[in-house]
Amino acid sequence: MRVGVITFPGTLDDRDAARAVVAGGAEAVSLWHGDADLKSVDAVVLPGGFSYGDYLRCGAISRFAPVMQSVIEVANKGMPVLGICNGFQVLCESHLLPGALTRNSDLHFLCRDQEIEVINNQTAWTNSFKQGEKIVIPLKNGEGSFQCDDQTLLMLEGEGRVVARYVGENPNGSRNLIAGITNAKGNVVGLMPHPEHAINELTGPSAQGLGFFTSILNAMVK
Amino acid sequence: MAKIVVDVMLKPEILDPQGNAVASALPRLGFTFAKSVRQGKRFEIEIDGEPTAAQLAEVEKAAEILLSNPVIENFVVRVEK
Repeated sequence: MRVGVITFPGTLDDRDAARAVVAGGAEAVSLWHGDADLKSVDAVVLPGGFSYGDYLRCGAISRFAPVMQSVIEVANKGMPVLGICNGFQVLCESHLLPGALTRNSDLHFLCRDQEIEVINNQTAWTNSFKQGEKIVIPLKNGEGSFQCDDQTLLMLEGEGRVVARYVGENPNGSRNLIAGITNAKGNVVGLMPHPEHAINELTGPSAQGLGFFTSILNAMVK
Repeated sequence: MAKIVVDVMLKPEILDPQGNAVASALPRLGFTFAKSVRQGKRFEIEIDGEPTAAQLAEVEKAAEILLSNPVIENFVVRVEK
């Protein structure tokens, strides 16, 4: 199984994301922002970073990259897509996911190990977890506050589309402690914290992030 | 040559931590006039000649697609003399 990892100018976490894909048991395929060719991948990861320097709004310029036109097309047809941090912002700007990520409520760039609870374990990226499972993975961003209107929030909650929630104090002002959401089909997931940095206890707070990358194999086998 | 200005502001219901930070810095400097502060973005677009209705409609479209994120922001397009 081939999982594409996109590199935009300013992407930081593409190497770790590719490592996590391999650790999860798949083949990692590098995808370039300027190339619309998805190289026959079965799934796509949009890694974290500061694509296009976060100019205008985080993810606003990346949305129009040639590779994203292809990603939007295949995502709408059901291909699994995971956006982490900046990748989540790109997915929101692309309207593949509702809402937006805004400046952390206390204005600080946060970099810490964060406990989150997996709320929806039925998505292509979370089926390795138990529902309600609590995991610790890094959270590192300046604009991670999930915002949407009341109607959208009710829809996300009502349809079980909140994938993960922060545990404990709200780190960034996200509505309803939302750390991640999915689309109606469950193939597109956006996540603010970084599972790809938590696949090995030597370099991360846990190895619990690996579950996101083994989930995608389960989703393909089904 | 004319200048088209697009002002982009966070919607009133969206938390604006930057505006809040500015609002709390003002009294520390002795400026006590502000009840609240909202921070936004301003785009200045130069074009040749006077803008036509069609051009302004194009700018509106660009403001909606690129310059603002309609999920969290409102925008106003105007021509500056």
